[in-house]
Amino acid sequence: MNLRIIPRLDIKGPNLVKGVHLEGLRVLGRPEDFARFYYQNGADELIYQDAVASLYGRNSLLEIIERTASEIFIPLTVGGGLRSVEDIRTVLRAGADKVAINTAAVNTPELIRDAALAFGSSTIVVSIEAIKQANGKYETYVDYGRESTGVDAVEWASRAADLGAGELLVTSIGQEGTGKGYDLELTRQIAQAVAIPVIALGGAGQLEHIYDVIADGYADAVSLASMLHYEFIHKYQFRQGDYQIEGNIEFLLGKRGEFGRKNITGTTIRKIKEYLLEHGVDCRMEKGAAGV
Amino acid sequence: MGSTAEWKREPLVSNRDVCIAIVDYGLGNLFSVKQACEYAGMDAQITSSKQELFDADAVILPGVGAFADAMSELKKLDLIVPLQDYSQTGKSLFGICLGMQLLMSESYEFGMHKGLGIVDGDVVPLENISSFFNGVPRMLKVPQVGWNQIRRRADHNNWVGTPFDGLSDGEYMYFVHSFYVRPQEDALVLSRTRYGQMEFCSSLKYNNVFACQFHPERSGRQGLLVYENIAKIVATTQ
Repeated sequence: MNLRIIPRLDIKGPNLVKGVHLEGLRVLGRPEDFARFYYQNGADELIYQDAVASLYGRNSLLEIIERTASEIFIPLTVGGGLRSVEDIRTVLRAGADKVAINTAAVNTPELIRDAALAFGSSTIVVSIEAIKQANGKYETYVDYGRESTGVDAVEWASRAADLGAGELLVTSIGQEGTGKGYDLELTRQIAQAVAIPVIALGGAGQLEHIYDVIADGYADAVSLASMLHYEFIHKYQFRQGDYQIEGNIEFLLGKRGEFGRKNITGTTIRKIKEYLLEHGVDCRMEKGAAGV
Repeated sequence: MGSTAEWKREPLVSNRDVCIAIVDYGLGNLFSVKQACEYAGMDAQITSSKQELFDADAVILPGVGAFADAMSELKKLDLIVPLQDYSQTGKSLFGICLGMQLLMSESYEFGMHKGLGIVDGDVVPLENISSFFNGVPRMLKVPQVGWNQIRRRADHNNWVGTPFDGLSDGEYMYFVHSFYVRPQEDALVLSRTRYGQMEFCSSLKYNNVFACQFHPERSGRQGLLVYENIAKIVATTQ
């Protein structure tokens, strides 16, 4: 099996944003610039997560999907606020290859079955966001980690797979954006409960975190944001003044703020793959990929 | 970091005269197939009309989803006999992913179902795929989702004249599938792919029919080369 490295890009309006614990959004730049760089650098897929919770006013997202799909020929998963088969159809028509559904799937599990029937299981990724409870169990949260559901995350994972999900995207809200590592226990419990692939998300800060969630968390793919965005902004692309219209960029320029955290080390996809190959994890190393 | 010009070059203009029909039977993301065809300079039409199929220089049968559903949609659209006839015209017919499986005689996906029967052979499930992770046994997931290598048949002449012309042995392509094809005639196999401890036919060529289990339209630059080769093959057989 070749492990997949999947950059996750959180999008709000026309911008790429990043937060901590799925909150506290900051503007980083234009999503297409980041997507193009990651494609060149050997990304195996991309995830676009829309931070706007409804399809209202989504034209900029659809335009970003269209522009991306016309120049980036790897699978693109789009999630965020998709509530119906029609919503899913809209983003697939714009050029997405898969969709990630979370809140609507928890509220209406039949949506998974209907969407899988309409578009094929392999198109439907169910996103599960969980928080560990005092009793040691993981509870499913929705609406960007704001609403608890009382649903056990591992049981929900099995049910989603039975209903026809093609893959699961598993996020630990507690770890997300902290750089302290993936939640290995959550990932392992879900990966061992289902036959379908599991993508781990949330918490990558160091290369060994990525190895750990594959070796001990049984992840089939890993998704990450901060480590990659950090490197891209600081070493390759970021130009002061480009993004001032849309939001506060002060934290990008200074050493303070979340990217100043000592537990997130910037890296590139190529460096991640070199590290994994050295540690016995198979992954696709493209000949002639941008050698950074 | 590579220059912009290196990866985003202008589409080939020499294939503009090539008109390729992408069969729309309600399953699968045809958009990405169309984008890749256009990138390779072809004029691509998404259609479910028999007439448009026969007017096209070549046909792509794509698809994602269940075998039986796909056959019943093709039947509803009255496309089964036209596709069988098309394969006899000498024009190119390309099957991708589920489209590859549909070309076969029969499938064992949730019971036995008849396929188009253009290529003799069957479609069987990936099951109990064992592997190792750093020496420790680990079962692999089904569906296989992700990148895997295509291995050339030892006796094949460098894939010259096929859609893989110019690709190196062991190139990575993007797969999403729970089933694979077993052509009756081994000589049709163009590439094999290993998944865990098993090996399957990941592409085949039978006269003017070419089919692959992976998605070249989602396989980066090397996948686009497959579409460029398709454009060249169609342009020279027009």
